[in-house]
Amino acid sequence: MSDTQTYITAHCCISSGEIFKNGMLLLNDKTGSDTTGFLLSAYKYFNVDYPKFYKMDNLCKLGFLSVELLLEGRRIAEEYSPETVGIVLSNANSSLDADLNYFQTVKNIPSPAQFVYTLPNIVIGEISIRHHCKGENAFFVNDRFDAGFMQFYVQDLFGRKRINACISGWVECLGEEYKAAVYLVENRPGKEALPFNIDHIHQIYEIANGEING
Amino acid sequence: MKPVFIVSDNIVSPIASTANENFDLLKKGVSGIQLHHATMAPEPFYASLFNEDMDFAGSVSNPGAYTKFEQLLIASIQDALLLSGTDVTSTKTALIISSTKGNISLIESEPVNDSVKNRIALHSSARAIANHFHFKSDLVVVSHACISGLVALITGMRLLQSGRCDNAVIAGADIITQFILSGFQSFHAVSDEPCRPFDAKRNGITLGEAAATIILSVKKPDAKESILLSGGAISNDANHISGPSRTGAELHQAIEAAVQEAGIQKNAIDFISAHGTATVYNDEMESKAINLSGLQQVPVNSLKGNYGHTLGAAGLLETVACVHSLKENIILPTPGFKDPGTSQPLAVSSALQTGVYSNCLKTASGFGGCNAAIVLRKAI
Repeated sequence: MSDTQTYITAHCCISSGEIFKNGMLLLNDKTGSDTTGFLLSAYKYFNVDYPKFYKMDNLCKLGFLSVELLLEGRRIAEEYSPETVGIVLSNANSSLDADLNYFQTVKNIPSPAQFVYTLPNIVIGEISIRHHCKGENAFFVNDRFDAGFMQFYVQDLFGRKRINACISGWVECLGEEYKAAVYLVENRPGKEALPFNIDHIHQIYEIANGEING
Repeated sequence: MKPVFIVSDNIVSPIASTANENFDLLKKGVSGIQLHHATMAPEPFYASLFNEDMDFAGSVSNPGAYTKFEQLLIASIQDALLLSGTDVTSTKTALIISSTKGNISLIESEPVNDSVKNRIALHSSARAIANHFHFKSDLVVVSHACISGLVALITGMRLLQSGRCDNAVIAGADIITQFILSGFQSFHAVSDEPCRPFDAKRNGITLGEAAATIILSVKKPDAKESILLSGGAISNDANHISGPSRTGAELHQAIEAAVQEAGIQKNAIDFISAHGTATVYNDEMESKAINLSGLQQVPVNSLKGNYGHTLGAAGLLETVACVHSLKENIILPTPGFKDPGTSQPLAVSSALQTGVYSNCLKTASGFGGCNAAIVLRKAI
């Protein structure tokens, strides 16, 4: 089942005030703003127009922005079909950032608007709504990014012919720590496509660790 | 595709602590749902909860090292392992944990420092459980709202079919505390009576606590009759983060893909174990999906009236019930259901039925617009 040729056709990393697309630094915010402030300034910097963004918790904002840049200029659900575009994400702390915020409201009036974000797969739901992805989706929790398992799971979906494209990677946000490393996997090679393998996934994740510049 | 067998299972619930005892009580229509006057809510509420003095520690030598959530998972896994004799120390035996909120109760009582945050992380619980049983191989944690249990099963099936693993121990649990109850109440999603899946008067969910375990293997069990997990699929509505699809098309999509993978015709499905949460919108969406799939005449049940909605355990717990239903040739009833209450017709199972049953479809849907479906088959 692993015979299907698959390629990483784009990647995007966000961490510590920096945003990289395909290894190119797009934004370097050294204003020292907090997570919420940084995500908002990035949203404005890239002229994204999606009012629902303001309602999202920080994990969703981070995932949404990283995928917005990842898919810039693409209409993935039209190029393929919505039910063959998957999303498989992972992180370490699930939705704890939203959990802490929601639980603050419980002392007064529990907020349904915040409770809805207390599940990690809501970021998949938000991305799905934005980009009309209706295919296979899964959220995994690991102490650290498990490139081997993530590569296996996504490649297996291609092998089953369940998907033609998949947004995958790591989206983590807890307080002032945040890191997104997402990549688009397709069964058609594009310009500058990388074979979809564990080494290339590691290379992308290292950009988000600040270990590779540009 | 390599066959994947269900070789062992277990349910630890407020009504019983083994799969066999649970199934016997399900046949009698027993429910764990009661009215609770507990400190976690200002008003009394219906739920299926463990007694506060219930001891899950069992043979765990150092119970203080584990939270109630982890003790419950350990109790559930322990019995399933005993029954199957699975070698957990093999590098080809995976442990997969399914939960929505795990140890979230810790933020209710303790100052939330870095150590508490780490204790709440689901991978910390999974690691503690893996160490307790001496697992050596892949450790996977699924947290995907109310379809977590089915995503965990599907992940296990795929790990085995690929040859990456030969066995997978898959366990799910959730504990109901103020965090979860207040959240669903804030949505006005909690029923003011024991929930009534698919009924005309349904008005919300009833929450429940439980743990369930299923062990998958590529090795056919010795028993004369065994059950296969032969297909699974996951989809997304891409419509709303807290409300289901208006059409049911995406759950239908998952059903079609799972049935196709299982290599059966839809008319071979003998019964459906639905999600059936008893919210107005969920059950309505499921009725549309089942009709789109042409399965409206197939008996369908929901066990939410027995156990409440057990969140990360639900998919596993209800699949265990399906396994026993196939083995005993029984279709369980749907406690709480009286009068049809969906716009599309359904053959809701309202009384215990017996027959010859070979194939079953299990579905689930959840927040974030997710849907999942699996197919279980009796191995011939």
